[in-house]
Amino acid sequence: MRYAGGVDVGSTQTKAVVIDEARRIVGRSLIMTGANVVTAAEEAFQAALDDGVVREADVGYVIGTGYGRYKVTFGNDQVTEISCHARGAAHLFPGTRTVLDMGGQDTKAIRVTETGDVLDFCMNDKCAAGTGRFLQAASFALEIPLGELGAVAQKATRPVKISTTCTVFAESEVLGWAAKGKKLEDILMGVHRSIAARSVSLLRRVGVEERITFTGGVARNVAMVAVLNELLGMELQVGEDSHYMGALGAALFAMDRIIAGQAAPAGASA
Amino acid sequence: MIAEQDLVGRGAVEGARLMRDWFARLDTAAERKETAAYVFVMGSLAEILRAFDMHLVFPEINSLQTAVRHVAHEYLGMAEDYGYSPDVCGYVKADVAMQLQGGKHSMGRLPKPALALATNACNTYVKWAEFWERYYKIPMVTLDIPGSRRVGGGAAPGSDDFERDRRYLEVQLRELITECERITGKSLDLDRLREVLDFTNRMAAAWKRVLELNQTRPALFNALVDGTVYLGVLNALRGTREGAEYFERLVEEMEYKAAHRLGTLAEEQYRLLFVGVPCYPIFRRFHEMFADQGGVFVASSYLWFAAGGLDLGFQYDLSRPIESLAEGVLVGVGHAGDAMLFHDQSLIEQVDRYEADGIVYHPVKSCRTVSTSLAGSRKAVMKARDIQCLYIESDMMDRRVVSEAQLKNRIDAFFEGLGSQRLRSAATTA
Repeated sequence: MRYAGGVDVGSTQTKAVVIDEARRIVGRSLIMTGANVVTAAEEAFQAALDDGVVREADVGYVIGTGYGRYKVTFGNDQVTEISCHARGAAHLFPGTRTVLDMGGQDTKAIRVTETGDVLDFCMNDKCAAGTGRFLQAASFALEIPLGELGAVAQKATRPVKISTTCTVFAESEVLGWAAKGKKLEDILMGVHRSIAARSVSLLRRVGVEERITFTGGVARNVAMVAVLNELLGMELQVGEDSHYMGALGAALFAMDRIIAGQAAPAGASA
Repeated sequence: MIAEQDLVGRGAVEGARLMRDWFARLDTAAERKETAAYVFVMGSLAEILRAFDMHLVFPEINSLQTAVRHVAHEYLGMAEDYGYSPDVCGYVKADVAMQLQGGKHSMGRLPKPALALATNACNTYVKWAEFWERYYKIPMVTLDIPGSRRVGGGAAPGSDDFERDRRYLEVQLRELITECERITGKSLDLDRLREVLDFTNRMAAAWKRVLELNQTRPALFNALVDGTVYLGVLNALRGTREGAEYFERLVEEMEYKAAHRLGTLAEEQYRLLFVGVPCYPIFRRFHEMFADQGGVFVASSYLWFAAGGLDLGFQYDLSRPIESLAEGVLVGVGHAGDAMLFHDQSLIEQVDRYEADGIVYHPVKSCRTVSTSLAGSRKAVMKARDIQCLYIESDMMDRRVVSEAQLKNRIDAFFEGLGSQRLRSAATTA
């Protein structure tokens, strides 16, 4: 059995996926990227191998993606996460025409062909407004774990309006609302709505075409999914592996190379 | 017969030398306490000013030099310390910082202005020239150049509307001449003006030809990198013998390269159009991010709107120099305005003419005038042609808003898109 690997080194987290020839995920991992990007890539890949009980020697090709893609030193090639998220989304959700990827530093709207080729894309500006980092700032300010933000926000009855678009200033605005006695859930829903509105704007720039697949770490946030569904007037496709979509796309590209006969000899270690 | 090694690349070497010499002459002029006319690339009226033997200072060129030389942040910081907002055009701020330092800049020193000349081609020009007017207490001439600001351009030459516009502008040119006569103490020498106009005619004809020759496959020069050198000479030496001879020699080089299929890239993979102002803070690196993947810029809107209309090849009628100059300015500045506001139709034509695979839109924080319409243009072009269009935002001066990692990510994805589009096209035609 031949396997292919994809390693998505993001600004916050590093994800790795190993797939088999049937393009099924057999192993996956997620770790914090931290300061040493090279080590993060290695550890994530090893963890995915362990998860799938796959020998490294049986992995014929590895592709790195994400901001740290050039730091996947044991990989064979690099592909941007824009192409990888598009490819992964089209694979897991056939019929995908638009992808929204919300990560720690970037939010991307991607319009794709039926096979997952990128037709157009648009990303947030240089600042982290409208990305997962915004949620992280709120999590820190309100001392609520990141994973619980969505559930708390869904209890909101009178969401506040967050006017700043700056992630740094958002923290003080959030604290300002808290000081005025606003309920945590109402403040948090305001934060979610603020991010969602910016994401919808990105989607409109590339053209919203059904169906939309939501990928990236923030896709696990139930409140964000609900707000986006409401603003777009349609249901986003979200899966268990949405968080791994970039790594999956990279692994799918890697499997293409193996099948096309371009793969390096088995054993992709540098 | 010129040897190939002496001909190929000659334009870039000679262009760089001419620009160094030009800066050196300005430095000498400053040392001798001579003065200059401060002008802008869109509507410089170099022909009139040269007829009075005035030195020309182009602040836009001085400012971009600081960015290319990686010292722009020092100038921007100084202007911001003086009170300018980070949101104000970086070109303006770098120039203000130069003036605050007595004309010192990265290539030498600038002579002080005796005249500030602006046109309405850019809304910042007027406020910028007002700074010189107040700071140096010098006369300022502002030319109001009529333009339609609607798709399809202004009045067509030969029409009644055009003739009315021409007369309106001619009166203003005569006022400029009077001001120059007052400043220099000389009367306008019409024969000298004709000589200058003739040099510009030769430059315009040659420049038009150079641009046309880059339709050759492979492309003969990179419109972003080489083009910027050519553009510098085009503005700085407009209306001079040196300038005319330089561009005629450039045509000779390009015709040789075309005949021998000598492309600027070893392996041209993708032919690209560039829209906007270059990213000077990482000028070389920006170019490499495309060139390393086989992308070559075959044409650029910068060579259009910052060429003062010379890309049209407009020829002045030397038998009626002032009238014809008014016509040329109307046509040229109107054309530059179209380049900033209504370029989608022209881009679509260029996509076809240059057989372009993709377009790179580069809006800049500094300049809302050239950046505002880019999103709409991109949508219009993508609707008209099945073509990849990259939209990347940074700045032409301020490295604080230039994120190389983010640019690289988008550029890599753009090339991945170009690659998959080529595969899809091949599959369709197979």
